[in-house]
Amino acid sequence: MPEPVLELQGLEVRYGSVPAVRGLSLEVGNGEIVGLIGPNGAGKSTTLHAIMGAVPAHAGDVRLHGRSIRGRPPERIARAGVALVPEGRRIFSDFTVEENLRLGLAGRRKRNGADPLQQAYDLFPVLHEFRRRSAGALSGGQQQQLAIGRALVAEPEVLLLDEPSLGLAPMAVDAVFEALRQIREREVTILLVEQRALHTVALADRTHVLAGGELRLTLGPADAANKDKIIAAYLA
Amino acid sequence: MIVAALDFQTVSDAVATGAVYALMAVGIGLVFGVLRLVNFSYGQLIMAGAYTLAFTSGWPVWASVSTCFAVVIAISLAMELTVFRPLRGQSPAVMLVTTFAIAFLLQAVALIVDLRNDFIGEVATSISALNEAITVGGVEIRKVTIVAIGAAIVALVLLALLLTRTTIGLHTRAAAADFRTARLLGVRVNRVIMFTVVLSGVLAAAVAVILTVQVPLVSPDFALHDTIIVLVGVVVGGLDRLWTATLGGFAIGFASGMINGALPTDNTVYLPSVLFGIVILVLLLRPAGLFSWGRRASAERV
Repeated sequence: MPEPVLELQGLEVRYGSVPAVRGLSLEVGNGEIVGLIGPNGAGKSTTLHAIMGAVPAHAGDVRLHGRSIRGRPPERIARAGVALVPEGRRIFSDFTVEENLRLGLAGRRKRNGADPLQQAYDLFPVLHEFRRRSAGALSGGQQQQLAIGRALVAEPEVLLLDEPSLGLAPMAVDAVFEALRQIREREVTILLVEQRALHTVALADRTHVLAGGELRLTLGPADAANKDKIIAAYLA
Repeated sequence: MIVAALDFQTVSDAVATGAVYALMAVGIGLVFGVLRLVNFSYGQLIMAGAYTLAFTSGWPVWASVSTCFAVVIAISLAMELTVFRPLRGQSPAVMLVTTFAIAFLLQAVALIVDLRNDFIGEVATSISALNEAITVGGVEIRKVTIVAIGAAIVALVLLALLLTRTTIGLHTRAAAADFRTARLLGVRVNRVIMFTVVLSGVLAAAVAVILTVQVPLVSPDFALHDTIIVLVGVVVGGLDRLWTATLGGFAIGFASGMINGALPTDNTVYLPSVLFGIVILVLLLRPAGLFSWGRRASAERV
């Protein structure tokens, strides 16, 4: 396995006295896609928020290239090279498409190289076509492309995605997963939280099944054909 | 009486009052947008600026006005750094009560400073030349009326350009629309907050300059009444958007100017009653704000 870019070590998150994530450890290597699936309330989104510093980690550590980023505020973690595509997309619907993308530049460290907005437009041509339109006027699938594009313009080392296929029509879901394949080729390290287990297992280098805040099982791409195993993992 | 109310002088005075109140509404609305904090002490910022103008009345006008801006911006930043920042994340009620405390504190300080010469009130005279009237088409208009309207238009246009054409402006609008997501994208929120606090200070100083020309006698409760009316105006207009808050400020300023002109001089004591009567009516009919079409009150703030 390549050297880990993102590492969770015994991560614990609690809401009040209720544990949401319990002793979660995982690694994502350079250019890998690691999936995180599991039922609602399994602690998937909470894990991503803890990585971003949006909820405090109660114990354990979050490491980026071996250096702890735990306890830093979200804007510093974003500027350190971790970008989140949040659940529900969270685009700024009153802003234009281009303004949304320019907001993504807030997390960018590099100040040279190719125009990052153009890179997003290359990946999602529809965003270029509608760049002057208000983002709220886009369809759900287009808004998801905007949310991913907005994260990519920061040229992150690690891309976190929180259920990017949620609420999308089947064709839009396929488009999202196709985009993730293309993003992988850019050597972006991806941690993907999803409900669509089959899609995720087929795409990711490894997929961890999370339930009750704990890792239950790890699946490889070969398991994508084995629906029973995935269903059993959910019910375990 | 109604006909008298519509004469040009009354209308221009009402527009000027509306313009000043619009500036105050923007100053309050900007900070509310980003911090979700209703700054009740905004009037005391203006009061501090007015005292600065009074104490520097002997100076050249440019020096007096620049000092006013410097003092107001400094107090504004000090408020953010020493009070608002440590209280970040507290409930809106805590923040509101805190701004009341700041308001009273600043008033008390002003009283102590003012009373050094044993009577309350200082006179700001350095720019009272603006109080002279000029005649336009047979109608007398005070120069300050024109200055107030012009300053408000320039300030609002500059602000709109700043918010829509610059990166810090984009980040400020993002933080106002969705603070959490803006942070997750890497927007440095403390920088954005400092920016809005400075902007609201600049607006307060501009208002101080205009108000001291209109009312040169400065006392510790200077601009207090205006602030309360503007706060009502921005709530009536709709506080969750800057332009609706601004319109609300303008509308209540304009309305109070017109009612003031319509009421016989010995009846102007009824002005607040009439004004607040209208406000109650508006809030009954449009609880989300006068200008917030198609939006529910405090919508989509998760």
